[in-house]
Parts: sequence; structure tokens; C-alpha cells
Amino acid sequence: MKISVQPGDFDVGVEIKNISKNNSIGAVASFVGLVRDVAMTLEHYPGMTERAIAKIVDEAKARWQVIDCAVIHRYGALQPNDQIVMVAVASGHRGDAFAACEFIMDYLKTQAPFWKKEHTPGGAQWVEAKAVDDQAAERWK
Amino acid sequence: MKVRVLYFAGIREKLGRDAEDLVLPAGVGTVAELRVHLRGRGDAWAEALDEGKLLRAAVNQDMAHPTAAIKAGDEVAFFPPVTGG
Repeated sequence: MKISVQPGDFDVGVEIKNISKNNSIGAVASFVGLVRDVAMTLEHYPGMTERAIAKIVDEAKARWQVIDCAVIHRYGALQPNDQIVMVAVASGHRGDAFAACEFIMDYLKTQAPFWKKEHTPGGAQWVEAKAVDDQAAERWK
Repeated sequence: MKVRVLYFAGIREKLGRDAEDLVLPAGVGTVAELRVHLRGRGDAWAEALDEGKLLRAAVNQDMAHPTAAIKAGDEVAFFPPVTGG
């Protein structure tokens, strides 16, 4: 199980290999989020962020078979096309791996304390939370 | 009762501070009461913590409802709805 909140980039291939070292694993599902269009700075709440992600992973483990997983989220200055976040879930079968991966991502968007500030030519502004993200998390209830 | 209060993102910028240790007066025992108390400082505080603003709070690094109780030594944080991922 790996949870990391870090300024630096990550290698999805390496992370997937690291969570696949168990003979009972038959499926690994992963998601990678990238910066679209504009540069941004990501702020977070050190301590609470890791704790919130750990709680989301625990919730996923209570619902699906999660043999291992990796959740990495970056903070600091990011440029268009940079990787921001990755979630990878290793399970016995693909159904659990897909569902747990999507669940972790949906909850992360509404529960983990990160804030994006976009740097546009017109100035910097904080990104507003989207109702569609709340709805995505709600459907798992 | 002494608590640590943290501010993040747009709220931190509006208030010009990221943290403070605060002695709460009697009658301030929940997240909502603390928000009202801080708003009483006026100006940027009244604006950033305005009733109409959609804010989130955490107590000891767990998301907390406005009715959540605050005890001495707690860490309370105010921030806008999150936008990570």
C-alpha cells in the first residue's frame, strides 16, 4: 500500500510493478490525471491529506478486494500535460480493480484537501469546486 | 480554551495568515460558533468567512460539520471546497 503526496513526478509503470508482486493478483486498474491547458499551483493540507487518502483507501478495501494499491498526488507548481495524480489498484479480478480505482478517484476529488490555483494570462485564480464531482462521489453511497 | 486554527487556499490569502493560536471565549464550542466568532473581527474576516460563502472545515484533520464540537488543544481548519485530483 503506497500513499504519497509529493512535489515530484512519478512513474506509473514502476508503481504498477511495485503493487503487482503477489501471485493472487490477476488485475491491476490504474488512472492518471494530467494538467489540462493552463499552468497551476496546487496547495494541500499536510497531514490531513495523507490521512484523508488513507481513509478513502480503507473504505475501498471494505467494499472490494484490494490486494495492494498506490495513490500518488502531486502539489506545487505544475505545467500543462504534467501528471497530477495516479491511482492504481491490484486485485484478484478486474471488476474489483476497476470499481475500487474509480471509487478512490471520485472520493479523492471531494474529500482530499487539495486546492488548484490556475495561472492564466489574465492573472491567477482559485479553481471553484464542481457540483459534478460531488455527484460522482454521491453515486457510491 | 486554546485551539490552533489553520486557513488554506483563497481564505488564507484573503486573511493574510495561515495559522494562529487562539483562546476561545465561553460560548464558542463548535465549528459554526468559531466561524461566527472569527467573522466578528470584521473587514477581511467578515468577508472571507461570510455566511453565504461555501466553506469546509476540519477538526483534528478530519472533515467536520458546522455542528462539530471543539475541545481544548484541537486543530481546526477552514478552507474552500476542495479541488484536487
